[in-house]
Amino acid sequence: MNRYPVWKYIVIAVAVAIGLLYTLPNFFPEVPAVQVSTSKATVKIDAATLTSVENALRTAGVPFTGALVDQTGVKVRLGDTDTQLKARDVLQKQFGEDYIVALNLISSSPSWLTALGALPMYLGLDLRGGVHFLLQIDMKGAIDKAADRYTTDIRSLMREKKVQYGGVGREGQNVVLRFREATERTKARVEIEKAFPDLVVREQDAAGGELRLVAALKPEAAKRIQDGAVQQNITILRNRVNELGVSEPIVQQQGADRIVVQLPGVQDTARAKDILGRTATLEIRMVNEDPGALEAAMAGQVPFGSDLFAERGGTPVLVRRQVVLTGDRINDAQPGFDQRTNEPAVHVNLDGTGGRIFKEVTRENVGKRMAIVLVEKGKAEVITAPVIREEIGGGRVQISGRMSTREANDVALLMRAGALAAPMEIVEERTVGPSLGKENIDRGFNSVLYGFVVLGLFMCGYYMLMGLVSTVALIVNVLLLVALLSMLQATLTLPGIAAIALTLGMAIDANVLINERIREELRWGATPHAALQAGYDRAWATIFDSNITTLIAGIALLIFGSGPVRGFAVVHCLGIMTSMFSAVFVSRGIVNLIYGGRKKLDKISIGQVWKPGPAAPGTPAKQP
Amino acid sequence: MEFFRIRRNIPFMRYALVFNVISVVTFLLAVFFLATRGLNFGVDFRGGTVIEVAYNHPVDFGALRGGLDKLNLGEYSAQAFGSSDTALIRMPLREGVSSAQLSEQVMAQLRSNDASVTLKRVEFVGPQVGRELYESGALALLLVIAGIMSYLALRFEWRFAVAAIIANLHDVIIILGFFAFFQWEFGLPVLAATLAILGYSVNESVIIADRIRENFRKMRKASVTEVIDNAITSTISRTIITHGSTLMMVLSIFFFGGETLHYFSLALTIGILFGIYSSVLVMAPLVRWLGVSREDLVKPDSKAMTGEKILP
Repeated sequence: MNRYPVWKYIVIAVAVAIGLLYTLPNFFPEVPAVQVSTSKATVKIDAATLTSVENALRTAGVPFTGALVDQTGVKVRLGDTDTQLKARDVLQKQFGEDYIVALNLISSSPSWLTALGALPMYLGLDLRGGVHFLLQIDMKGAIDKAADRYTTDIRSLMREKKVQYGGVGREGQNVVLRFREATERTKARVEIEKAFPDLVVREQDAAGGELRLVAALKPEAAKRIQDGAVQQNITILRNRVNELGVSEPIVQQQGADRIVVQLPGVQDTARAKDILGRTATLEIRMVNEDPGALEAAMAGQVPFGSDLFAERGGTPVLVRRQVVLTGDRINDAQPGFDQRTNEPAVHVNLDGTGGRIFKEVTRENVGKRMAIVLVEKGKAEVITAPVIREEIGGGRVQISGRMSTREANDVALLMRAGALAAPMEIVEERTVGPSLGKENIDRGFNSVLYGFVVLGLFMCGYYMLMGLVSTVALIVNVLLLVALLSMLQATLTLPGIAAIALTLGMAIDANVLINERIREELRWGATPHAALQAGYDRAWATIFDSNITTLIAGIALLIFGSGPVRGFAVVHCLGIMTSMFSAVFVSRGIVNLIYGGRKKLDKISIGQVWKPGPAAPGTPAKQP
Repeated sequence: MEFFRIRRNIPFMRYALVFNVISVVTFLLAVFFLATRGLNFGVDFRGGTVIEVAYNHPVDFGALRGGLDKLNLGEYSAQAFGSSDTALIRMPLREGVSSAQLSEQVMAQLRSNDASVTLKRVEFVGPQVGRELYESGALALLLVIAGIMSYLALRFEWRFAVAAIIANLHDVIIILGFFAFFQWEFGLPVLAATLAILGYSVNESVIIADRIRENFRKMRKASVTEVIDNAITSTISRTIITHGSTLMMVLSIFFFGGETLHYFSLALTIGILFGIYSSVLVMAPLVRWLGVSREDLVKPDSKAMTGEKILP
């Protein structure tokens, strides 16, 4: 009667085998490695890259224990951290600009396991150390910037179409034009509507009878700008992160206006923050070269419409407030050399509108200086202020002269990095030092281990053989849970490990229920076989019910939780499911294997079953 | 070995009033402390910066505070955390100062005082994120309550759903009451623990409710009180053993899990202890007072019904 059909045993065996297989990679320690990857779409990482990496290391005499190539890049295993650093230096020199050479830790599990997709659990930042940032994009800033851009565009449009206007400026998020004559206003309105389909233009007269035209962004255009801002900022952050050489960075959009950045294993958190937090914007403005103006400004009398900034190196520059171009008109900036003079130079590539404006401005200002201003947290710095030598058309600009190769590199980097579409702010930060990560792993592991040992001993002592069966079922539970976490590559956090412990404590509930039911049945005189049968069958409904309610709580946490709490919820939910399988299905399988074969079963080893004898007078109702 | 040798039903229901008075008093106390002292929300909900630093020798708090005072941080606090070598510095939110700058400033200052200092952890939560975490926490709580109630109502009967949720919310309020009374820090992990307890504690109520239902079927002649007493008596050993097992694991987290999980495991411990009490001694009397009867639970057997129709 207590027998399983063969297929049930096969299911158990297969589950345990898969469990073992996918848990296995977690037992291999991680070894230092160097990873060579790329952020450029044009560069391919393949077997050829692998060969050249191996050759480079061999030539430099750096010993390595293995190298492989996968979708993230080439990974080289090294003996210790010293060789790791040596290998990185060698590879950095060899591969240079187009590649990212990063320190990494990779599992030393054999390649056949990796080939099966069996990877160790993915550890969260609190276990491996690293930085987590949540950045909020200032959407109002993005719209303001768009309005600024339209102001400039409308101004040049008015000039181009020879419309007589009194003035143009940004008021809030609108562009406002003033006119003296109504006919000119009508003309301007037609031109603006034709040139900028994203704007809604309406006529609005100010109190004093001044003729005004107000242009506002259409809501769908505003939304497009915001979405674009998020995407552009993500791209920029990716580039910045690549500068850091992190092996498995995460840069992801979260919600409408936020970006998550996670840099596992980063040791130099200060530098990471510095590079990421660089909320810089780039502006190109004209230098005010009126005679005497700079001297007056330095004496404290800054002329109206100008700002006094310092150039890198400290030389003061007086810059006009009107912005010619903003950083988002810059498509790319790369260091290089001037083709004629062979001097170091920066090649800047502007987009269409940027190129047109640039052409106009340079035509009118040959011989004058133009300043490239980096605005960082309200502090402006002039990166460089070159002289305009000639009219520059086509949007291809070259900045050269008075620059070393290093400076050209820096300027190009700053110009690229400065092209954030909208300002960002860190709204959440969680940094975990590497030592704490290791400590957390040990602590989590210890709490699961010690709790488990005590629990197992208690179960075996209290329920004897049936307790041992429960404990074995619990081991299978851990095995399956760890295997599932490894398979799904779900992020394991410290609260996640706590959830493993908690899940085990709760999973034993099912076995206690079953065992107590069996004892109860035996107490009322059921035969051992019938007691086993009834114990498992009756307990099942209860186990199912109680697990469902726990699962409801787990799912709510999964939906609303973030970060560490989500880590807890994931393990909790998975654990409930594996525990239903192991506590009922697996433990019954073992019991059937032990007792099912015996036709005549007199006794089950489930500890002492106390039977209430005929009530003796004076016997206490409850005994310890 | 058998811990519980119970000869006859323990008349739990006779003392129901006493238990309920105890419950109401603890509950009111918890509400009182929540109202007067409030929860000591951690950085997750309140926003602010927490920096954990370690030295290779016991922390000299005088020197540490002396250094930090120079930075004009506002109302910061610095205290030992876990071991005497570790210090935890908490700083409130400040307008216009980003976390990145703040933690760097603090580290630079501490390093200039004592080069052996290492950064273990920085947590910064902005005001908006804190508010959102607070709101989603409250939403999660509501969702759990609604989910569990509708499940119980579907599976059993509305009286059980109401009784179970009151019994278990009483646990949650008491956990919160403890945190308010001792001003323990209430952070995200504690919230997770509280919700997990809500789900876990309902287990217990489900098991007793299951037994009550089964008893209504089996014990045809017994009164409602007898049925409930028997249900509790026959599940009590299981209740104590499984809660004891869970408690073993939770205490293991408490003792070995380190500071990060300290309040998490503390909340679980309180929750488990009160969970036993509330399921056994709060939920069952409530069910009775809500007027549960055999007819509510034992639906006429559908097979028997059809059988009757077929056989004339």
